[in-house]
Amino acid sequence: MTEGYRARDEPAVVVSGLAKSYGRVRAVDGVSFEVREGEIFGIIGENGSGKTTTVECLQGLRDRDAGDVRVLNLDPGTQRDALRHRIGCQLQESALPERLRVWEALDLFAALSPRSREWRQLVEEWGLAEKRSSAFADLSGGQRQRLFVALALVNDPEVVFLDEMTTGLDPAGRRAAWDLVREVRSRGTTIVLVTHFMDEAEELCDRIAVFKRGRIVAIDTPSALVARFAAHSTVHFSYDGDDLPWLSSCPGAASVRREGARFTVTGDGPLLAHVAAALIAHGIAPLDLRVERATLEQAFLGISELAGSSR
Amino acid sequence: MKGVRKLAWVEVKLFVREPFALVVAFAFPFFMLFVLVGVFGNEVETTDPEAMRVWRGVGPSDFYVSTYVGLVVASAGLLTLPLRLAGYREAGVLRRYRAAGLSVTVVLGAQVLVCAGMAVAGAVGIVTTSTLVYGTALPADWALTVIAAAIGVAAFSSIGLFLGAVLPTARAVQGTGLALFFAMMMLSGSGPPRGVLTDSMRRFSDLLPLTHLNLLLQDAWLGFGWATTDALITVGFLAGSAVLAVRFFRWE
Repeated sequence: MTEGYRARDEPAVVVSGLAKSYGRVRAVDGVSFEVREGEIFGIIGENGSGKTTTVECLQGLRDRDAGDVRVLNLDPGTQRDALRHRIGCQLQESALPERLRVWEALDLFAALSPRSREWRQLVEEWGLAEKRSSAFADLSGGQRQRLFVALALVNDPEVVFLDEMTTGLDPAGRRAAWDLVREVRSRGTTIVLVTHFMDEAEELCDRIAVFKRGRIVAIDTPSALVARFAAHSTVHFSYDGDDLPWLSSCPGAASVRREGARFTVTGDGPLLAHVAAALIAHGIAPLDLRVERATLEQAFLGISELAGSSR
Repeated sequence: MKGVRKLAWVEVKLFVREPFALVVAFAFPFFMLFVLVGVFGNEVETTDPEAMRVWRGVGPSDFYVSTYVGLVVASAGLLTLPLRLAGYREAGVLRRYRAAGLSVTVVLGAQVLVCAGMAVAGAVGIVTTSTLVYGTALPADWALTVIAAAIGVAAFSSIGLFLGAVLPTARAVQGTGLALFFAMMMLSGSGPPRGVLTDSMRRFSDLLPLTHLNLLLQDAWLGFGWATTDALITVGFLAGSAVLAVRFFRWE
């Protein structure tokens, strides 16, 4: 098979046994995973868990110590140049010359790639049209971030690496960025997304790898991770009267907490239905009765605890 | 090559947008021009053999004019280029460039082109000023002068790239660049003529690249021919620094 060309359905990224140390610190310690073509693959984990080092090795920005890495069937360590024009990189920490203007940056980066997108369109898409002629130094954090993402896409990459893409964006900006990422994927681009925002990972990713101390401790779809590691659901309501000792005997209820008038019941199964039935049976009908679905964030905390305790 | 040209053009625009850097880059050579012409004038000393030796048989201002070109070249190579390179590395610009697929050659090549452009602009500016205001001599041998200047630009660009590659921070580059620049300005024949330096000063001066570039330029400018030894030494600095610059270049 020719280097750089993949058979149908072959993964866009294949990593096996990747390791990288800085001095005596093992930043990445035997990581293996695959990213399918057209997938949005999330990498989450605490600070210093090896996320960025891993994607830097995939992008050919860092030499690995051990393991095998193929991106688009190319080795980023030795076939950096061939790979460079086919991937897009938004780096966690980088900058542009202070007086470089937005359009000049896009024009420059487009010129460096043999195949590039019309950058004017990217300027529109990423909401930079008004800032087209602004210098990099005059951009806000969010505008810089959007410019970096636009630069990562200007060469029309087959795989794009987004490292903390929405850091510095306001809530509306984050939502807009998510929509754009979905659109990028719908054109067939594979996306590797490093993030510490759980809602972002849950919202965007098809599958997620959870990093902890340089290893992958869980890898699955967001819903499977939630089901496995955050099976609890939580029911909240307010009630001003006496304690409700009978609540803990509701089917599925594991614990009942009260802080002032606020009650919190955690447990498994159809908890809301059972709690509601018990409340009604006792003549209590709180207006704010609601259930909180388990989130990826809870799953993440659960995974972290499990992984931590196994050491 | 498209990459180098594009990046070099962007760099030129960036440079022009920072007028302060431009002023700093050319301030010292112009300062020396006004001071030295003011102090020494351009009378050819024919009666005093010692003065004949010191001024190489020409008027002081004619003696100096080629050394201003040397100063402009040294200024671009020691003060501007390495500062830019180290500053880019510190800020993460080089990291960004690398991820975009720029090679070391393109990044360094663009800086050399900008340095050359600056040196040409500065040299034209200072020679024009000197000629129009003080009536100093134009090169007796244009071809040799241009070749000498080109070698000088290449050599000092390489030295600049080397400094930018090995020194850890922009601050370190600034300090080192200025120290080297002033040492060369005072001891390489752009300030006091080499003929009045003490022996130990002259021996130290022999170690400085600007000394040899100045002699190379001066011989060509005044029609004394091609200073082969000085040319070879300058090329030696060029080659050595270029190899070390590429060897020690770091993206981050």
